[in-house]
Amino acid sequence: MKEALQAILTKAQEQLRAAGDLKALDEIRVAVLGKKGELTGILKSMGKLSPEERPVIGQLANEVRSQIEALLEERIAEVKEEELSRRLQAEQLDVTLPGQRRPLGKKHPLTQVLDEVKEIFLGMGFSVVQGPEVELDYYNFEALNLPKDHPARDTQDTFYITDRVLLRTQTSGVQVRVMEKQKPPIRAISPGRVYRSDAVDATHSPLFHQIEGLVVDKGVTMADLKGTLEIFVKHLYGNDTVVRFRPHHFPFTEPSAEMDAQCFACHGEGCRLCKGEGWIEILGCGMVHPKVLRGCGIDPEEYSGFAFGIGLERIVMRNFNIDDLRLFYENDLRFLSQF
Amino acid sequence: MNLSMKWLSDYVQVDVSPRQFSEAMTMSGSKVEGYEIEGSEISNVVVGKILNIEKHPDADSLVVCQVDVGEEAPLQIVTGATNVFEGALVPVAKHKSKLPGGKEIKKGKLRGVESNGMLCSLGELGLTANDFPYAIEDGIFILEEDCRIGQDIQSAIGLDDTCVEFEITSNRPDCLSVLGLAREAAITFDKPFQMPSPTVGKGIGNIHDDLKVTVENPQLCLRYTARMVKNVRIAPSPRWMRERLRASGVRPINNIVDITNYVMLEYGHPMHAFDYKYVKGGQIVVRNAREGETIMTLDGVERSLTPDMLVIADAEKPSAVAGVMGGEYSGIMEDTDTVIFEGACFFGPSVRITAKKLGMRTESSSRFEKGLDPNTCMSAIQRACQLVEELDAGDVVEGIIDVNNSTISPRRIPFDAGWINRFLGTDIPEEQMRAILTRLECRFEPGVVIPPSFRADLEDKADIAEEVARFYGYNNIPSTVLRGTAEATVTPRQQFERTISDTMLAQGLSEVVTYSFISPKYYDKIRLPKESPLRRSVTILNPLGEDTSIMRTTTLPSMMEVLTRNYNNRNPQAGLFEIATEYHPVEGQELPDETANLTIGMYGGDCDFFTLKGMIENLLHVLNIPDWEVTAETGDPTFHPGRCAVITCGGETLGILGEVHPKVCENYGIGCRCLLARLPVAALFDHVGAPRQYRALPRFPASTRDLALVCDDSLPALSIEKAIRKAVGGILESLELFDLYKGAQVPEGKKSLAYTLVMRAPDRTLTDEEADKAIAKALRILEGMGVTLRA
Repeated sequence: MKEALQAILTKAQEQLRAAGDLKALDEIRVAVLGKKGELTGILKSMGKLSPEERPVIGQLANEVRSQIEALLEERIAEVKEEELSRRLQAEQLDVTLPGQRRPLGKKHPLTQVLDEVKEIFLGMGFSVVQGPEVELDYYNFEALNLPKDHPARDTQDTFYITDRVLLRTQTSGVQVRVMEKQKPPIRAISPGRVYRSDAVDATHSPLFHQIEGLVVDKGVTMADLKGTLEIFVKHLYGNDTVVRFRPHHFPFTEPSAEMDAQCFACHGEGCRLCKGEGWIEILGCGMVHPKVLRGCGIDPEEYSGFAFGIGLERIVMRNFNIDDLRLFYENDLRFLSQF
Repeated sequence: MNLSMKWLSDYVQVDVSPRQFSEAMTMSGSKVEGYEIEGSEISNVVVGKILNIEKHPDADSLVVCQVDVGEEAPLQIVTGATNVFEGALVPVAKHKSKLPGGKEIKKGKLRGVESNGMLCSLGELGLTANDFPYAIEDGIFILEEDCRIGQDIQSAIGLDDTCVEFEITSNRPDCLSVLGLAREAAITFDKPFQMPSPTVGKGIGNIHDDLKVTVENPQLCLRYTARMVKNVRIAPSPRWMRERLRASGVRPINNIVDITNYVMLEYGHPMHAFDYKYVKGGQIVVRNAREGETIMTLDGVERSLTPDMLVIADAEKPSAVAGVMGGEYSGIMEDTDTVIFEGACFFGPSVRITAKKLGMRTESSSRFEKGLDPNTCMSAIQRACQLVEELDAGDVVEGIIDVNNSTISPRRIPFDAGWINRFLGTDIPEEQMRAILTRLECRFEPGVVIPPSFRADLEDKADIAEEVARFYGYNNIPSTVLRGTAEATVTPRQQFERTISDTMLAQGLSEVVTYSFISPKYYDKIRLPKESPLRRSVTILNPLGEDTSIMRTTTLPSMMEVLTRNYNNRNPQAGLFEIATEYHPVEGQELPDETANLTIGMYGGDCDFFTLKGMIENLLHVLNIPDWEVTAETGDPTFHPGRCAVITCGGETLGILGEVHPKVCENYGIGCRCLLARLPVAALFDHVGAPRQYRALPRFPASTRDLALVCDDSLPALSIEKAIRKAVGGILESLELFDLYKGAQVPEGKKSLAYTLVMRAPDRTLTDEEADKAIAKALRILEGMGVTLRA
């Protein structure tokens, strides 16, 4: 009987080692350890043995069983591992094939940058307000210290609706509307469409966008104006942006300035991008003119403020290196999908 | 304004490079657009003397010249010009020389004879006979200059000035002049500057014997000064004057005309010169034009005048439009013997309107319209007479006529250095402020600063702060962070629009930005009925063209334009949206209502009505708008009558969506189906439901049943859904259509709709009986509507 057990063990070990898949392993398990299996058969016939032999053979039989079971477990693990690795091998993809893309909606580039600008100013405590595009002459010109017959009116070729109504040429009128409604402290920006009768070409459009900004409070200084706009431009273009403030003239601010950023291409040396000047004009700004404050019922002896106007198209064109303004309004998907 | 640096150096000495000059002037407020170094395009061109001329052996039209250019041996140069002669001084472009326009000259052979360069004409040097009146244009430039052989041509003919182009803002007409810029430059570079005061010697006779000036409208003519010059000797101006005029972009004509232009450029004040023999009755009347009066202006155009225009007239008729342009017969001719110089100051706004009406904005009118200083008239006219003396252009007549109606009194502005520093955020010493303002010719009285009369732009203490700031240096002002706090919020309405935009983007639509003006014809293109109130639009009085002549009352044509452009550019499919403004005129309201509208446009791919509707259903879900309804819209001519729907909520319209009518597509030349939707943002915003509340996730299992129904094709699916919802009641968790079938398997005129119903109770497991009972109830109601279970 000892020999028989030994033979079962040896045979089972050989078979288990030879088996190549889980099915074959299971068949061996049934044939050896199953209810009708060889080892089970031997255990069943143990009753015929003498009481002396019984514990010896019993112990031996148990050892054989646990050895077979251990090997079986080991082989199952091995075969599973092999099968998995075969499967993984078979499932290999050419990962360089193109992905399947879901249709993606794109924000218009003007909105993308406008949103960025809004976020920057929201972070500095500015609200976003809106004003009408079809506007009274009063808000667009008169209240901004541009009375009828002011020569600067000719330079802003205006679309008129009636004698008193026009398409706003600048968002600056919103300054007045805000100050009429709200008492200081005021911090607001107002983005929107403006209109000038410029024929369409690569750098002109009868419709474009401006972002107006206004701050009014006690003790607001020109140094605050500089600090605020420097923060803005550094957020927009990066911390290493170099800016300068250059005297200029706007009827509704005094002192007035234009802010230039040092040319990003030539760093001030002068190149084609900056037309040899070394600087690129970013925005116009200034301290709100006392006449404008007074006209809105704000006492310039008590309050001061600053205002600025940013041309959105200009900064978007610079951001993305776009050389033709018309692309913004043509809305060709081949253009829109680039951003 | 083009500034000659040579001219500037008459009044202030600035020893910096043109680039440094430009930078510094820009930063003190006189913006430089660029500069041009005259003659910088020319190199290796020198003065040569023709020693000998021989015929070309093989060409009758050419001659061979030996030219001394100050080198060891003369250069042999072949030319075809006929005006050369032995002993002539000429510009010689030597081997490897450069001429304006990038032209290069090299030695070569002309018909077999060696030629070591080229003799130049005026044109080849970038000049005209206006620059050198003694020379001819079609031939070699024979020099009559005081120059030496071998000298660079630039210095020999004075082509070595630097011309700086300024962009002067409209508030600073005083800087449209050499003297104005000299004053600014002197302060910028801290150099001495003294405003000159021209003097004229004792003249002949007396002007009052020959001329009488009457100003009938003192409001429009603030000052009128006149002087007379007799025995005028018309001749070209001297070279220095011609050079400076040329550098300033003005064409030299003759000494008298050149003097008026020279004075205008130097003082910034336009001058006028009349020929006395055309001043009828020896009198000048400054008056309004008479009804029906006309004038032939210097440019040879007959112009009609209106009574609001100011003219300079003689006893009979106008001879000039005041401050705009002279008349044809008042000009200076070769035979002019007596000249009247006019130095006047006209009311800016009137000059501006007159020039605009006549469509002739001139150098003179563009200066007057900015508002000039009446006090400069006198300096200008004196300077003109001084130049007449200097150029020996005639004999100045004794006496000045001066009609001064100017009532401008010096402006007194509070001066408070502390306030200026608090306003600018600086710490500038009062002494430094006073020094800057003094150099700007401001005067001080206790607590008050008085600007000079030529600075009409200085009105308020903020203006004074700016003067201090620009010479202190804007970039020397510190940069500080705003103090205090302010409440910045995104309003609910702004957030709402953002959500709309985000939801459309998330569904794969791209945003567009369209013009807000359209052509009235676009209404026809979308088949808007003739009687539609939307045809009443805000109309632009002076549009660029018909295509942009009215403000849209509907955003649909704008979207159709974009779809068309993409279609024409062969983009296979498009899904686009815009939150676009419409402009609706309102009776009794001066300004129109401006409303925002979500506008959607699509074509191509597999998009159809239900793709669009699904997007809008998603949007309404995201926006939290409950209880909306959809009804078929068959009467909107823009849309397909069978594929259009209106969305309503509580009886109010939220929007319209549908397939575009084939005729509209045809109007736009689009050869495929298009979809459009338009939803006013305000209507959506008004119907936002109560804020969402959390509902517990289900703890009990659901019962699911599928129902395949057959009904008349014409029965709206919505009525079936409503019936099922009503019958099943509160246990209905979801109802979803998973199949729609029309065809051979169902009878003609019928359709099959297959729904999945999910039923669930929140507090227990639904029994099969409960579920079956609910379904049976639904089927009973449906049967009453002619809907049966599909066999």
